[in-house]
Amino acid sequence: MGTSASTPAAAVDDRVAPRSGSVRLLRRPEIGALLGAVVVCVFFLIVASAFRNVDNVGTILYGAATIGIMAVPVALLMVGGEFDLSAGVAVTSAGLAASLLAWYFNFHVWFAVLLALLISLAIGAFNGTMLNRTGLPSFLVTLGTFFILQGVNLGMTKVVTGNVASNNISDMQGFESAQHVFAWEASIGSVAIKAPVVYWLVITVVAAVVLLKTRFGNWIFAVGGDADAARAVGVPVHLVRLVLYMFVGFCAWLAGMHLLFEFNTVQSGDGVGNEFIFIIAAVVGGCLLTGGYGSAVGASIGALIFAMTQLGINYAGWNPDWFKTFLGVMLVLATLVNLWVKKKADAR
Amino acid sequence: MSSRTRRATAVVATTVLVAALAACSSTGGRKAVEDAERARNAGKATTPKMTIALVTHSGPGDTFWDIVRKGAQDAAAKDNVDLQYTADPDGAKQANLVQQAIDKKVDGIALTLAKPDAMQGVVKKAVAAKIPVVALNGGLDRWKAMGVTSYFGQDEKIAGQQAGDRMLKEGAKHPICVIHEQGNVGLEDRCAGVKQRIPATQLLYVDGKSPASMQTAITSKLQQDKAIDYVLTLGGPIATVAVQSKASAASTAKIVTFDTSQDLINAIKAGTVQWAVDQQPYLQGYLAVDQLWLLKTNGNIVGGGQPVLTGPAFIDKSNVAAVEKFAASGRR
Repeated sequence: MGTSASTPAAAVDDRVAPRSGSVRLLRRPEIGALLGAVVVCVFFLIVASAFRNVDNVGTILYGAATIGIMAVPVALLMVGGEFDLSAGVAVTSAGLAASLLAWYFNFHVWFAVLLALLISLAIGAFNGTMLNRTGLPSFLVTLGTFFILQGVNLGMTKVVTGNVASNNISDMQGFESAQHVFAWEASIGSVAIKAPVVYWLVITVVAAVVLLKTRFGNWIFAVGGDADAARAVGVPVHLVRLVLYMFVGFCAWLAGMHLLFEFNTVQSGDGVGNEFIFIIAAVVGGCLLTGGYGSAVGASIGALIFAMTQLGINYAGWNPDWFKTFLGVMLVLATLVNLWVKKKADAR
Repeated sequence: MSSRTRRATAVVATTVLVAALAACSSTGGRKAVEDAERARNAGKATTPKMTIALVTHSGPGDTFWDIVRKGAQDAAAKDNVDLQYTADPDGAKQANLVQQAIDKKVDGIALTLAKPDAMQGVVKKAVAAKIPVVALNGGLDRWKAMGVTSYFGQDEKIAGQQAGDRMLKEGAKHPICVIHEQGNVGLEDRCAGVKQRIPATQLLYVDGKSPASMQTAITSKLQQDKAIDYVLTLGGPIATVAVQSKASAASTAKIVTFDTSQDLINAIKAGTVQWAVDQQPYLQGYLAVDQLWLLKTNGNIVGGGQPVLTGPAFIDKSNVAAVEKFAASGRR
């Protein structure tokens, strides 16, 4: 794939005719999400006075970052035509692995953090390899991993600590320096920025550049569009899938390290259900559930919409009984705006 | 495997091993806890082995229920009981687990009645099959009518009222009550109890399965309403998350909670959390199993047909030291 058709200037075919800049922009998958985000933002600026307070921007960005760090790799995976239902508990697994290894073996915290990275990458590699070897739908493969990890998280924690939460490791060597890396907080003016916000932005930029500007990015679109056709033109389909799953593993490790060093202990039952939030963010951000179409920036905007809605309801001080309903309505509206823009652009 | 990859593998393996040996922490960790655990070992009954099923509505990986289970296990070890623990937060599935215990003809069933209507039928079946049943933690107003032998737990509404009374005495005017499990009757009762004492109490629902999302939700609430002076959470781990939220929102609100965890005991000691309402979950599990054993071996009924209240008691800075030494093994 990745070959751009050079059109002879003389015989312009309307199928490959250059489109105007505005239409090209409107056809980007994330534009609908961006408009949706603006609508949600304006809405809460009007109804929630606390939303207008600049100091609170840090809270909203942090809320978006904890979703976005995982939504971006999940979006890439969806562009490549696959799912990962284990992404939510994989974050908990990473945090538990580092904490339990450090505590049980009295390891230096940094050594345990690196071992946890290897474990997270291995979980990703396991998903990718299983998928490549068996040819089963990724929905089934990662559903299996989801249950395996959920059980291991609980069982292993119980075996190691005798409790269902990891033990506090904040008195161990290396904890403080690791905290400075994974759970720092800095102030820009009156806005407090937490570590995941920066990691989230970096991951988004890297993923967007890889997806749009590199050969590997083209391979991802090709594999997601039609894996057999991609293989026929020489795309290493298995490698692409493996790398994508390991990227999810890497980001799960990063998110897990933040949880561990922000909260000192990890509850073994946490993370269940988050996989859907990541997928929702990716879909709101313009990813198709069928693969081959989507964007990294869109997924991040999806995460932002989710966080703005979630926190906006709090900022507005609405009756919390209806919280989930508000959330659902806002998400549907954002997705509809998204869809409408895409239709308009396609019609042109 | 070529000799080059074999050599590479050997190098990697050696590096990991050397790093593992060199990369040890000399403070904290497992070593500190193991000695304390070795110290405890109670006497043991010589009565014939009996089988008891403990069926709760706990979700997986819940700190509170782990303490209940530990109490039940300790009682089982002491009473020569084979304890079979199962749990499911879904009412219908929990009832099904009780049915399985009846099918296995266990000698006694201890269960929670958080969703009494779903459990009613199967409890009656157990009683009809002459299997003694005791209830713990939930169902204070329903257990007797179902033919359950005894009840161990606290009255959630009374516990909420007492928490409200204490907050009122300390000068609370605008508290929030953080519910981490939407639709849980016991949690709603606690907040309702608080609200009876302090009508200005606001409810905040958060996702108990995601600490980051809980943190931002509580932070945003504190930022939105600067008048909030007390944050009441309904579980130990949630209170420690609220401590982070308070820092993020630069709020001066005081943090208080229901139920404890190891970390929470440390937080009370450090003064970041003011106090916790303690319903002694260990006691609920322990007494439930012990009651079934007593009934079988000596015909006793603890509490004489009245509910046995295990709480509410308060843990604060004045008595935290007495609790702390038991918290390390996850029993408080």
